[in-house]
Amino acid sequence: MSMILTIASREFRTLFLSPMAWTILAILQFILAFLFLTQIEAFTELQPKLASIEGAPGLTDIIVPPLFGNAGIILLLVTPLLTMRLICEERRNKTLALLLSAPVSNTDIILGKYLGILGLMLLIIVLITLMPLSLLSGAELDLGKLFANILGLLLLVTSFAAIGLFMSCVAGHPTVAAMGTFGMLLLLWILDWSVGVKDQHSELFEYLSILRHFQNIQSGLISTVDVSYFLLFTATFITLSIRRLDNDRLQK
Amino acid sequence: MTTLIEADNLTRYYGSHCAVKGVSFTLAKGEVLGFLGSNGAGKTTTMQMLCGNLAPSAGQIIINGYDLLDHPKAAKLSLGYLPDTPPLYKELTVQEFLLYCAGLHGIARNSVNAAIERAQERCGLIEVSDRLIANLSKGFQQRVGIAQAILHNPEVIVLDEPTVGLDPIQIREIRTLIRELGQDHGVILSTHILTEVQESCTHVQIIDQGQLILNETIAGLNRQMDTGTLQVVTRLAPDIDSLLTIPGVDSIESIAANKIIVHHSVTANPAEKIAALIIASGSGLQELTPIKRSMEDIFISLTKEHREL
Repeated sequence: MSMILTIASREFRTLFLSPMAWTILAILQFILAFLFLTQIEAFTELQPKLASIEGAPGLTDIIVPPLFGNAGIILLLVTPLLTMRLICEERRNKTLALLLSAPVSNTDIILGKYLGILGLMLLIIVLITLMPLSLLSGAELDLGKLFANILGLLLLVTSFAAIGLFMSCVAGHPTVAAMGTFGMLLLLWILDWSVGVKDQHSELFEYLSILRHFQNIQSGLISTVDVSYFLLFTATFITLSIRRLDNDRLQK
Repeated sequence: MTTLIEADNLTRYYGSHCAVKGVSFTLAKGEVLGFLGSNGAGKTTTMQMLCGNLAPSAGQIIINGYDLLDHPKAAKLSLGYLPDTPPLYKELTVQEFLLYCAGLHGIARNSVNAAIERAQERCGLIEVSDRLIANLSKGFQQRVGIAQAILHNPEVIVLDEPTVGLDPIQIREIRTLIRELGQDHGVILSTHILTEVQESCTHVQIIDQGQLILNETIAGLNRQMDTGTLQVVTRLAPDIDSLLTIPGVDSIESIAANKIIVHHSVTANPAEKIAALIIASGSGLQELTPIKRSMEDIFISLTKEHREL
């Protein structure tokens, strides 16, 4: 366990040694802050009308789900860039030998790498959450719904990072890993677009679509189906990554 | 003598190409084993297998009593490895990098600093410990690699071409370090520099085309190198017939008027008697040199023999 944390903390700190993490945090924060402010603007415009409607959506409904939804889309673009170097770069720089000859198992290596990158993702989520929380100074928020959104985004990025890690294990070059991750994420994201077409309901596609599960949680409906979808998804790709790393020793 | 490494019948295929074939050897504490071979002979593959970076296609490796396949963690605890490209995170400083390695090898928290300091001192890294690895010269990077391998004081140290890219002074320092390490660890080093083996190793193995063709102690190798030949230079032409009567002398070749080559049996060295006889005869002894086969000669003749078979 301590080995996992050693690897994870190095991974996390190294991210901040290059401009990469700082740039991504800054740009993400800037874009989301912009979206957040537009959303507030929209709310202040709508407020008089909303007041007259019975059971109208409140402040939380108007601001939080769009913010977290957009954050999900932006993270879909950003995650491949963050995860592409995880294993790939170590292999290219031949530093993987250091980990392989140290008394750590492949599971430790993969989990360490995964937790390291997840640390940055958590930081991003915290920074996003701070925006709606700032409204607490002058308004009331539906904290349950906010929590559901945080949980949704958290589950979303855990699965994003797991795919990214797997792709980084498979690919020989970071760019290929990034493209692979992006392609897979986008496919899984838009999978249920086909559902609406021509009344052809595909239960399978609907189940596989990340977006559907994410939106369910976002709406405040935290069901075992959606949560376990993300957990299974993450566990599968982490297991595949470990298997892939094992394979490195066998073939080459 | 405790056996630290037992490699049994190691074999490794890359596809259908056999890189290492049936290599077996042992390493005991206090030994420095030199692994010699030309490029592509299978040195690095063998080392990678020993350190668990590559699974052997067949064979067994036992490190310090633990099977590398069944108990990888326990086996790797007593292993320090420097691959042919030193595995360095260029964006870290030397100190940070070694701190990370200490964590990976599970060095107890209270002895980490002492361990790092000792490794830095041994490899001459004290003055660069706060610099980024990326900004260090190749020689220093190599030394950081060695520091990483000896940091946790492992029983077995595997060094793949440790002196590549170092200047002559650094090479001498590293050789001294290797000899020092050899006293209370088991060291394996691979190289294609023959003098390196002679200077720092106690045992030598020559590998060619994936097969072990020589496994000898350095003393045994020195005996092989001693072919029983003397070169004698005199002021006046010596009396060859009387020299031939000296016991132990097999034959004499005359190269020039005052230069002869004496072949003698390896067991009886007649150098002293030859010198006495020449001086007594008044030919004027100027030079008496034992001619040895160099390590190169042995290496080349062995590989050639092996390839012809």
